[in-house]
Amino acid sequence: MRTKNSKNGPLNVVGKPFRKVDARAKCNGQTKFADDIVLPRMLYCKILRSHQPHALIKGIDTTRAAALPGVIAIITGGDLPIPYGILPVSQDEHALCIEKVRFIGDPVAAVAAIDEDVAFDAMNLIEVEYEPLNTISTIEEAVLIDEPRIHDYGDAGNVHKKVSLEFGNVEEGFAEADLIREDTFFYEGNTHLPMEQHAAVGNFDADKKLTLWSSTQTPHYVHRALAKVLELPASHIRVIATPNGGGFGGKSDPFNHEVIVCKLSMITGRPVKATLTREEVFYCHRGRHPVLMHVKTGVKKDGAITGMHFQSFLDGGAYGSYGVASTFYTGALQTVTYEVPRYKFQGLRAFTNKPPCGPKRGHGTPQPRYALEVHLDKIAEQLQLDPAEMRRAHLVEANSVTANYLRIGSMGLGTCIDKVVAGSDWKNRFSGWNRNRRKLPFGKGVGVACSSYICGAGLPIYWNNMPQSGVQLRLDRQGGVCVMCGSVDIGQGSDSILAYIVAEVLGIDPFDIRVVTADTDLTPVDLGSYSSRVTLMTGNAALQAAERARELLVMAVAEKLVVPIENISLAERRVFDVENPEVGVSFAEAIVLAESKFGTIGTVGSYSPPRSPGKYKGAGVGPSPAYSYSAAVAEVDVDPETGIVVVERIWIAHDIGKSINPMLVMGQVEGSVYMGLGEILMEEMAYRGNRNVVHKFPSMLEYKSPTTMEMCDVKTYLIEDPDPNGPYGAKEVGQGPLLPVPPAVANAVYDAVGVRIDEVPITPEKVLKALRDKSRGRDGRYGPVSIPSVEWPEPLRVLTPAEGGDGTEMPRVAVHS
Amino acid sequence: MSEVQKQKVHISFTLNGEAAEIAFAPHKTLLEVLREDLALTGTKHGCELGECGTCAILVDGRAILSCLMLGLDAEGREVKTIEGMAQGPELHPLQETFADLGAAQCGYCSPGFLLVAEELLKKKPNPTRVEIQEALSGNLCRCTGYIKIYEAVEMAAARMRGEEMQLPRESVYGLE
Repeated sequence: MRTKNSKNGPLNVVGKPFRKVDARAKCNGQTKFADDIVLPRMLYCKILRSHQPHALIKGIDTTRAAALPGVIAIITGGDLPIPYGILPVSQDEHALCIEKVRFIGDPVAAVAAIDEDVAFDAMNLIEVEYEPLNTISTIEEAVLIDEPRIHDYGDAGNVHKKVSLEFGNVEEGFAEADLIREDTFFYEGNTHLPMEQHAAVGNFDADKKLTLWSSTQTPHYVHRALAKVLELPASHIRVIATPNGGGFGGKSDPFNHEVIVCKLSMITGRPVKATLTREEVFYCHRGRHPVLMHVKTGVKKDGAITGMHFQSFLDGGAYGSYGVASTFYTGALQTVTYEVPRYKFQGLRAFTNKPPCGPKRGHGTPQPRYALEVHLDKIAEQLQLDPAEMRRAHLVEANSVTANYLRIGSMGLGTCIDKVVAGSDWKNRFSGWNRNRRKLPFGKGVGVACSSYICGAGLPIYWNNMPQSGVQLRLDRQGGVCVMCGSVDIGQGSDSILAYIVAEVLGIDPFDIRVVTADTDLTPVDLGSYSSRVTLMTGNAALQAAERARELLVMAVAEKLVVPIENISLAERRVFDVENPEVGVSFAEAIVLAESKFGTIGTVGSYSPPRSPGKYKGAGVGPSPAYSYSAAVAEVDVDPETGIVVVERIWIAHDIGKSINPMLVMGQVEGSVYMGLGEILMEEMAYRGNRNVVHKFPSMLEYKSPTTMEMCDVKTYLIEDPDPNGPYGAKEVGQGPLLPVPPAVANAVYDAVGVRIDEVPITPEKVLKALRDKSRGRDGRYGPVSIPSVEWPEPLRVLTPAEGGDGTEMPRVAVHS
Repeated sequence: MSEVQKQKVHISFTLNGEAAEIAFAPHKTLLEVLREDLALTGTKHGCELGECGTCAILVDGRAILSCLMLGLDAEGREVKTIEGMAQGPELHPLQETFADLGAAQCGYCSPGFLLVAEELLKKKPNPTRVEIQEALSGNLCRCTGYIKIYEAVEMAAARMRGEEMQLPRESVYGLE
């Protein structure tokens, strides 16, 4: 290998299927997850949670619990009076409820005791007097019923947030249309169900400094929340994110148990651990919002969209969490796949007395994507167009700006569609909307859908001008390389990405590198593992740090070898003259030369996303340095007798930009297909609205998720359309490939048996009901029929780029009240 | 909890090939004894109710859920955990293929899958894909969609039979 290891040269590490740097430890029981941490004199914490969905706390009596031998400390809401929350606009959580509880599972009191059994017994001895309040259990109730209010803030009664945006004049778009279609959909909520239950250990040491080890995807945001709630200087707090045993968005909020173990440690002077039970993990939730959606689209005869009006109603649960961002996300990405020249979005998030919803894989976008892709399928049928061809014909152009001011870079969706259409033999399977000339027998069908996802949110969660990701690199004279970054490996391989990129630039083996991540004392800030930001952002930061280090090595070696700097190459743990490869030094010798010349070798790199062209209020959600694209074809077998849907195979093509490691990309695609499959077929967070809004089944047995027996065959295509903003052209893969799966399956069910299930999940009961209705001459559709009537605020109007807009909102017209 | 229940019990058993003795509170599950009293934290838990397969270990060569077995019942038995799978510094072929092929993403469910797969390959050195799916159907994984796990089991099985096996190109790079 005699290559120059620059971004443009042949690659020795990037694009190769190396194992992950942490893989062997994970297969040998050596990886330490949060609950594996045991410290001397450690106490165990149990948290008493409300069994009331909505109630005032009239009194808490801890006397009996405190008297139990082995109980060291008990705290209640009064001990932690400062509120917090992930978003600056919704600081609405207390680590322990103060005046009232808002859902079954809301934390009320916490015990630290010498072991878990004592803590558990003590927890059950705490007496809480509640005064029950009426509950709000659905979006409709939240819109209609103002009192009692779940929170004393928000846009109205129990409405947390209302958003209304219009890009161009949508009515003009509808006037130009040959066909206008309206549909209503419901996407039930579901949860992340990471295999690892959340756990945290807090330790307030003799220097009165605090360390928290926690299974969190966002140590930097937890760090900020702890400083605020505990009133400690942030510089005296160290947050270490342990390897996450699965995240999927479920470990992205600062959590009450994290605050509680720290507070208990501050009180007792001993380390304190809390590990949630599986039932508690269901109550932590922050999962997929249930969303009711209405979409109205005008199209020309060839399927070209002339205007779209999308409305979404989110059931937010009891707290804000990421909900304001989730609300915007249900409206943001409709425009990045197919050309939408005029677009109106109205979104509403409701507070209800249920565990809070937040970000789950695809954050706020799988619901509208499902609605949009099924809606387009219905449009294609009305226009008698092939649904794959119709989509293919109207794609957003690469390097363009959408009506809502999202800047598209590389765009490989066309190739993605071509691949899954060819691979699935679509032309010879799809019914062509002609039930009498089916190509597959009744009961078998295929469906297609496409999608896109961001590669990192353009803006951080709190406003600042600092980089979103930082990497520090240290080279020592023995040849060691240490890469440090605040990012968190949640299984996706982010630690490995750092090693691969640094190894590529420095011409060494990725397993030569020590990776130190997710420790706020040791690593530069990275905002965390969310929004599919890590490969792009930490990758770019690592690339910058490594290129700076490389430059120092090159200068020192060029001087030593007396050859021009541009002749120096790094590969195979050597630094050498590319014209005369045997002339060179080992990598370790190169560091000695550089250290002799420049002093200790350390470099940094950082990454800030480009500025978004959108400047209107609300433009903060949706912009990203790049967008990934996916297309999928699902093949299903529907039993008309039982209504059971078996997904036999999914062909999926994903525009990854460039695979840093194709094997890990494949794993993310397959895992995304799996999770999308679970959502469309079985997973649901379901509550008994008439029985105190209690969760129907907070257990892994009854919350159905796919086992090996339900997982389908997956045929994957990786499309490499490099994006100039990605490291080596790389885009995201952790979330995007989930998105086309639910609508592709829904469309395939229609192709198979001719009924539309406009509500996720597609359970056998719903299929049977639709089939029965159809056999009785009715619609053959299962799904919601109406949306709540809402007084929307006057939309914020923005001229589109095509209309000569500059990304700012137009002055508001006076509204008569 | 009454004082009687807190009286520790004592058992002797074989743990990862070595004689072991331990005293613990009698109500403890084998999972708790392993993790808390023996500091073998490689065995994980996902529900502690026998629903997810995460805590699977081998007892007398058979895969069992350690959260559903009392520690007391391990008396005289042969217990194998993830910590006992490698031979010295050499990983078991299953551990190697799970690591090398990306079958462990977050790695939390991996110990359970590995031990259940080990039992499978003892019984069936050349299992079909369907046999692998059936054997692993009691273990949940939320990361991988199981596919890389099947491939890792198949490749380890081939190696253990002394055969060379190449993964199809499409498993690593996708279809052309």
